[in-house]
Amino acid sequence: MTLLDTDLGAVVDWSRAQFALTAIYHWFFVPLTLGLSFLIALMETVYVRTGDEFWKRTTRFWMRLFGINFAIGVATGLILEFEFGTNWSNYSYFVGDIFGAPLAIEGIMAFFLESTFIAVMFFGWNKVSRGFHLTATWLTAVGANLSALWILVANAWMQYPAGMRFNPQTARNEMVNFWEVLFSPVAMNKFFHTVTSAFVLAAIFVIGVSAWYLLRGREEKMARKSIRMAAVFGLFGALFMLWTGDGSAIQVARYQPMKLAAMENLREGQERAPLTIVPGIEVPGMLSVLAHHSAGAYVIGIDDLTEGNPERGLPSGEEMIERGRRAIETFAAFKAAQKAGDTAAADSIARLFDPQTEEGKAFGEEYFRYFGYGYLTSPEETVPNVPLVFWSFRVMVGLGIWFVVLFAGMLILDRKGALARYQWPLRLALWSIPAAYVASQAGWVVAEVGRQPWTIQNLLPTGAAVSRIEPGAVQTTFWIFAVLFTILLVAEIGIMVKQIKRGPADN
Amino acid sequence: MTWLRKIAEFYYDGFRAMTVGKTLWAVIIVKLVILFLVLKLFFFPDALSGMDDGQKADFVSRELIER
Repeated sequence: MTLLDTDLGAVVDWSRAQFALTAIYHWFFVPLTLGLSFLIALMETVYVRTGDEFWKRTTRFWMRLFGINFAIGVATGLILEFEFGTNWSNYSYFVGDIFGAPLAIEGIMAFFLESTFIAVMFFGWNKVSRGFHLTATWLTAVGANLSALWILVANAWMQYPAGMRFNPQTARNEMVNFWEVLFSPVAMNKFFHTVTSAFVLAAIFVIGVSAWYLLRGREEKMARKSIRMAAVFGLFGALFMLWTGDGSAIQVARYQPMKLAAMENLREGQERAPLTIVPGIEVPGMLSVLAHHSAGAYVIGIDDLTEGNPERGLPSGEEMIERGRRAIETFAAFKAAQKAGDTAAADSIARLFDPQTEEGKAFGEEYFRYFGYGYLTSPEETVPNVPLVFWSFRVMVGLGIWFVVLFAGMLILDRKGALARYQWPLRLALWSIPAAYVASQAGWVVAEVGRQPWTIQNLLPTGAAVSRIEPGAVQTTFWIFAVLFTILLVAEIGIMVKQIKRGPADN
Repeated sequence: MTWLRKIAEFYYDGFRAMTVGKTLWAVIIVKLVILFLVLKLFFFPDALSGMDDGQKADFVSRELIER
């Protein structure tokens, strides 16, 4: 839903568009870094174990492509942090304690681990021992994926806020349990699902580029062996990705039922809910199985959440809005008491925000958990863009299944010694490279568009999270980023294609 | 101090021997300059900068109450 008819609405829409644009561009570079880092570590392990110079040459080739992607992509994520401070100041203050810790750990630990050992990885050939170099390569891979962990923990908290307490004195959420934030079921599932999807993308990249070499009749040995390794890596990654995808459905059904309903365009909740493959083709009862691992389970629909369903204990949207308003008014009453110097009243109200107290627990259950609803004017505002979420989900899953078929197909052809025999599987593999990027982005569209209007599920909608700034300023930087990132992407593709055409260097 | 010199030489030799790496470093430097010296300075001020903790709390509280 766009809100461009008011200044605040325009700021919300342009800020969302800007964050989406910069996040999408950032995510063009990250998955290949995450996945390719492990693939080259595996290739180098084979080199060190066998001493076969072929594997050193092969590893260095893929490492060069890794380096290109890493260099072009580095720091593109920092822009997202700039946006937190400028466009989303209410949000970044409101969550500061929770976001700050994971992002700080990410910067200090993972980034330094990564960047220190990347230098050894690139500069250390023939200078350090094989064992030390191999260790550096593995630590680069681990460092890169550890970076992903902390960012994904922060994002998971947005979807399922846990381990915190709202302090009315400071108007901030304060972390009370670090482990609850780190090991939240949403965080763990999201991390493994995201990194395995990156492994799949990297595997497809290697297979696709190798397929190009086979189509050109070049570097046949390198291409075949790279395809074999990448297909095995990708297949394991894809199967784990499907498993964690199933886990995601369970989490979303439990903690973000509106997102699941949007993913399936499920208007009316029902037991034995069907899974829609595409409109007109349904698998009876399958959605209940996927969402709750029970064929007869009730899956909540959009109307259940907007209109309410007393039989299922679901309050209506209007009721949640009313409770949210009560929570905000209580917070306002605390601030008024504080300002008036009425310590007794302020302390009494503050206890309502402390879940460690009996009254705090009750207030939290009945009112504070709906805090964000208090900013909404109608239940319809809680419904995300259903067509976008619905189709993005299908693109992601459909392509994910194709990738499993591709990996299996490549392994079968390899086993028969027929990888270079037919052109059409190689062309399919090559065209799977952009498909992998599309699938990867589609997943994020489901996750982030599906959680709208929330910046923090149920606690802070975008309208309350955004800064009071001029929409024109956001518009300007939106277009600056569009141009800047397009240039970067074109540069990466250009440099990458040149190096691929050049092929592995003989040294 | 010998190990410090060896590390410095390691990096120096590494950067000197770069081929495509030189282009990539040029891209990185240009990108960082644009990000930090242009975008951050002129287009992305911290909306709550210049406020102490108490002022930030008051400001955001008002925002949360009045939105």
